[in-house]
Amino acid sequence: MFKPGKISLARREELAGYAFIIPWVIGFLVFTIGPMLSSLYFSFTDYNIVDPPTWVGLKNYARIFAGIPEYFQTGNPAVLGDPIFWKSLQVTIYFASLALPLNLLFSFILAIFLNQKVPGVNVWRTIFFLPSIIAGVAVTLLWLRILNPRMGVLNPFLQNVLGIDNPPGWLQDPNWAVPALVLMSLWGVGGSMIVYLAGLQGIPTDLYDAAKVDGANAWQRFWNVTFPMMTPVLFYNLVLGMIGTFQYFTEVYVATSGTGGPQRSTLFYNLYLYQNAFRYFDMGYASTMAWILFIIVLVLTALIFRSSDAWVYYEGQLRGKS
Amino acid sequence: MNLFRRLFGGIKANELFFKGITTLILAAGSVIIMIPLAFMISTSLKDPAQLRSDANTLIPRKPQTVQINGESFNLYSVTVDGETRTMAMIKKAPGGMALFADSTTPDQTVELKLNEQTPLYRLDIHWENYPEALGSMPFFTYLGNTMLVTFIGMFGMLFSSSLVAYGFSRFRARWLNVLFLILLATVMLPSQVRLIPLYIFFQKLGWVNTLLPLIVPQFFANAYDVFLLRQFFMTIPLELDDAAKIDGANPLQILLYIILPQARPALVSVSIFHFLYAWNDFYEPLIFLHTKENWTLAVGLQTFDALYTINTHLIMAISVLMIIPPILLFFFAQKIFTQGVVFSGVKG
Repeated sequence: MFKPGKISLARREELAGYAFIIPWVIGFLVFTIGPMLSSLYFSFTDYNIVDPPTWVGLKNYARIFAGIPEYFQTGNPAVLGDPIFWKSLQVTIYFASLALPLNLLFSFILAIFLNQKVPGVNVWRTIFFLPSIIAGVAVTLLWLRILNPRMGVLNPFLQNVLGIDNPPGWLQDPNWAVPALVLMSLWGVGGSMIVYLAGLQGIPTDLYDAAKVDGANAWQRFWNVTFPMMTPVLFYNLVLGMIGTFQYFTEVYVATSGTGGPQRSTLFYNLYLYQNAFRYFDMGYASTMAWILFIIVLVLTALIFRSSDAWVYYEGQLRGKS
Repeated sequence: MNLFRRLFGGIKANELFFKGITTLILAAGSVIIMIPLAFMISTSLKDPAQLRSDANTLIPRKPQTVQINGESFNLYSVTVDGETRTMAMIKKAPGGMALFADSTTPDQTVELKLNEQTPLYRLDIHWENYPEALGSMPFFTYLGNTMLVTFIGMFGMLFSSSLVAYGFSRFRARWLNVLFLILLATVMLPSQVRLIPLYIFFQKLGWVNTLLPLIVPQFFANAYDVFLLRQFFMTIPLELDDAAKIDGANPLQILLYIILPQARPALVSVSIFHFLYAWNDFYEPLIFLHTKENWTLAVGLQTFDALYTINTHLIMAISVLMIIPPILLFFFAQKIFTQGVVFSGVKG
């Protein structure tokens, strides 16, 4: 018999579940999906905040993509609609191509060392992890001073101890500014190291025991047990590292006072986006850049996910089957 | 070889060798990691004069001097006729030479090659750099703003994310799984894609150049924290909930009295990570805060550097002060970082 005013237990549980997630639902609508759709709209407008946005269709997108065929014919960046946009993309990819592999390599090797039973291992772990918790303005200001070619400590060390005659000008030299930022980022390698360490500790020891019984030596145990078991973590760090590079901002803003200099050599994508939005108040164009960034991140993430079938090994999953 | 075996009984020789090498590499790496921090601290204690003449020395120091007839001369350790003596450098001479003399007999000079003699230094620690640095910028205003953003935001995050994580971990409903996938997807979302409309939205509300845009969104749950808390809540046995239900507890009471006390380690870790994020955040404060009295430490310090970059000793002093709270927290909660709950979610 149907009793009005009474609802079933299952229905009550359902409603309670929805009730508890209300804060997130509101936040998602107001702070995520609403702004996302607005910025998609702004990307088709001219908008300087003061005047209401005016619809310009694909103008902002055309500004970015105009002149690409001519560029491939002439090789002259001036024919591009916005050569600075492409410069910022190039800077970002250049940084990623140096920083991501080096970061991956160093943090993985470090994690393997820190996973050994050696005296004082907790002290070593603490020291290597420390830089990643203080990352930000203070540390960047410190590195600015260490890397300073005239007053800093690094170049005298390179000259007097390693005997390098012409040490680079680091952040003051357009050719060395990005490598200088890579160097800074490597100091914080402990942040990804700790994720690898957690992964290494999650590898069941019976796998190693089985390998030993089969007569595998240390290298074979690494290559056939440790490495395959670690690929999901490598994969995770790779995805996050790439997304992080496209959002790289604080260090380069502090190091160059927001200019991206010298000669735009450190004008990262996110910094150029910031300049368009909050220096030139070209909100329409900045929104276009934000959406292109979103699409780049989406595509790259999807690519890594797709390719991961070939090289990421998940325990309990048959190889080659997805 | 026999002796070696007897000394190291059970341990195999190559294992011992391997451990030795590992320790050596780790120690060397640790030194490299710590040198920049050591420089930060030592620079904050240096005399600005040392930063111009003798910047590459880790130790805050200044040349030892001696007064001769009311004039001050630098002291050197010099070698005269195979004998090492302490002498004052009276005057530089052409050809990289200099005139040295004993401070009691300044007229009897000897001419020696300047770069073969060792200047004498004494320790010179300038604690007063700290009060000077604090006086040269509205440090306590910045600190107050940073703490408001950090701690109110942390409270909001804990409050909202626990509710949401509870909703996602303890109830069966048709759409919850789909919504949870959407929540996970937002972790990947670059914040730029929503930043500009948010800025305009907050400007319309009159919130730009207040701390509200940094605080209020925290009260609407954060995908990352919800995910971590939910993963932890799932490990708490359902029998506890059932027992409480039989005693007549409603879902909110179960969360408050059963789940949250059990989930202490997870709550502590998300709090710590929120603290570090909010304390070090630069991007959003830079965008939303426009005038000095509203800045957080990160923005205030960057602006101070842009204006007075020559005052390296003061900037490093503020930098030291700014990294002390995260470091203290780190040492108190070391276990959570180095073997933490937090990273268990990424295992394959």
